Amino acid sequence: MVNVQDGSVIKTVHVNFFYGNFKALTDVTMDFRQNEVTALIGPSGCGKSTLLRLLNRMNDLIAGSRVEGEVLFEGENIYGSTIDPVEIRRKIGMVFQKPNPFPKSIFSNITYGPRLTGVMSKADLEILVEQSLRQAVLWDEVKDILSRSAMMLSGGQQQRLCIARALAMKPEVLLMDEPTSALDPISTAKIEELIQDLKKTYTIIIVTHNMQQAARVSDMTGFFYIGKLIEYSATDKIFTRPDVKQTEDYITGRFG
Amino acid sequence: MQLQENARNLSMRWRYIKEGIFFSVVRLSVLVIVLALGGLLFYIVYNSYQAISWEFLTEPPTDAMTKGGIMPAVLGTIYLTLGAILIALPLGIMSAIYLSEYAKQGAMVRVIRLGVNCLAGVPSIVFGLFGLGLFVVYFKFGASILSGSLTLGFLILPTIIGASEEALKAVPQAFREASLALGVSKWQTTYRTVLPNALPGILTGSILGIGRAAGETAPIMFTAAAFFTVKLPSSIFDEVMALPFHIYVLATAGTHIEETRPLQFGTVLVLVALVLSVDLVAIVIRSAVRKKKRW
Repeated sequence: MVNVQDGSVIKTVHVNFFYGNFKALTDVTMDFRQNEVTALIGPSGCGKSTLLRLLNRMNDLIAGSRVEGEVLFEGENIYGSTIDPVEIRRKIGMVFQKPNPFPKSIFSNITYGPRLTGVMSKADLEILVEQSLRQAVLWDEVKDILSRSAMMLSGGQQQRLCIARALAMKPEVLLMDEPTSALDPISTAKIEELIQDLKKTYTIIIVTHNMQQAARVSDMTGFFYIGKLIEYSATDKIFTRPDVKQTEDYITGRFG
Repeated sequence: MQLQENARNLSMRWRYIKEGIFFSVVRLSVLVIVLALGGLLFYIVYNSYQAISWEFLTEPPTDAMTKGGIMPAVLGTIYLTLGAILIALPLGIMSAIYLSEYAKQGAMVRVIRLGVNCLAGVPSIVFGLFGLGLFVVYFKFGASILSGSLTLGFLILPTIIGASEEALKAVPQAFREASLALGVSKWQTTYRTVLPNALPGILTGSILGIGRAAGETAPIMFTAAAFFTVKLPSSIFDEVMALPFHIYVLATAGTHIEETRPLQFGTVLVLVALVLSVDLVAIVIRSAVRKKKRW
């Protein structure tokens, strides 16, 4: 893995983002460090999800959107003309707000990506399925029902399946867009625990509305407000003595 | 106080009456449709049951089409319909994929879509003449299964494109995102995730369109249908008899129109049965999918 000297895997440099004429992000410059969890917080519509989707070029899907500035992944601008977005998404996995397993078997959900992006033998796929499900702490619950439809699983299990599915691609970075907002507290706790495990291997960037969650799981926290990065520093600092008044107001619940 | 109460009661009663009227009208509409359909089917069956026999289905017409069966016409209709499916289904599905998955949504796509919708409204006789001009004369396919299938295929193309687009749109965006986010290419996402989930819907809609094609007369009149032929087609360049055209011929151009009434109604019954059984396939697919669907 190519590392940038300061230990950051992804770096945004003066990024502006537009949906048509609407400017959703203004001059965002921040870096995401390796093997750390970075939380993006802020009120709805502040651009944190937009930024997240910018990092693996999922915003490409939105007609009329436009990016200015650079997003560097391992030192290379992923919006460069020679870059294949498909390749970027393979290295930067994503977990969505609502669990979105395919209406296929548990096994096929995991093998879907690997199968389509590289030929693998059945034996390799079986190993990969077990590995990924173990990493997502789902293996013990589903090891006997791998051929059953993923739609039969509970919401929390589905979300862990989606994480396992992303991990099966062996990404370097995992983006999580409010991964627990549709889940009950027990499933949420499981996923948070999982994030702590995963950061040993992956770099994780998580968008969350849940302040306690950000405080619990992340090393770094960025606070966004109306498309701007207001404050970005160590989570401890943000939640105990933030530099900016707006940040303090938000995390203490005075607005947002 | 009392006055207000009375007024309220009155307006209440008036509301009940209005509701009653509305319900009656709605119920009556359904009754009319059921009676019309039932009457039609009864009329056909009542007039045709003497004509229907195993021989009627398996033998060619004899004695200047006043006796014998309709086997060549049944076969011809099946060939033409299958041909139309082979042409229109792939073309229609691929067009729909382009329109809903790939094309940049804008003025251009709107114009194309409008064109497709207009095509759906074009009278079938126009398709018949178009087929005559293009396939029969210009491409020199002659009146043949090929010309007829192509013409019918174009006739049902708008239906298939419409049904396919609907079905593709019904596939949750979350599936596409999930696939793309894994680093799977757009084409693979479309082919492996979007299409399989849309296919039942595509098939249901398309089959209903195909049922309609089987019963069309005008498009095949100039392009495929023979007045009478004992010879069964040996290639796609042969002309064939077809059920709808056979009915038309028996009822208008035969030598003994009155005597062949049972034959006419028998042919009608066979055609209706054929179309309804095609529709039945669509209904079975749809209900099977509904049971399985979980998103």
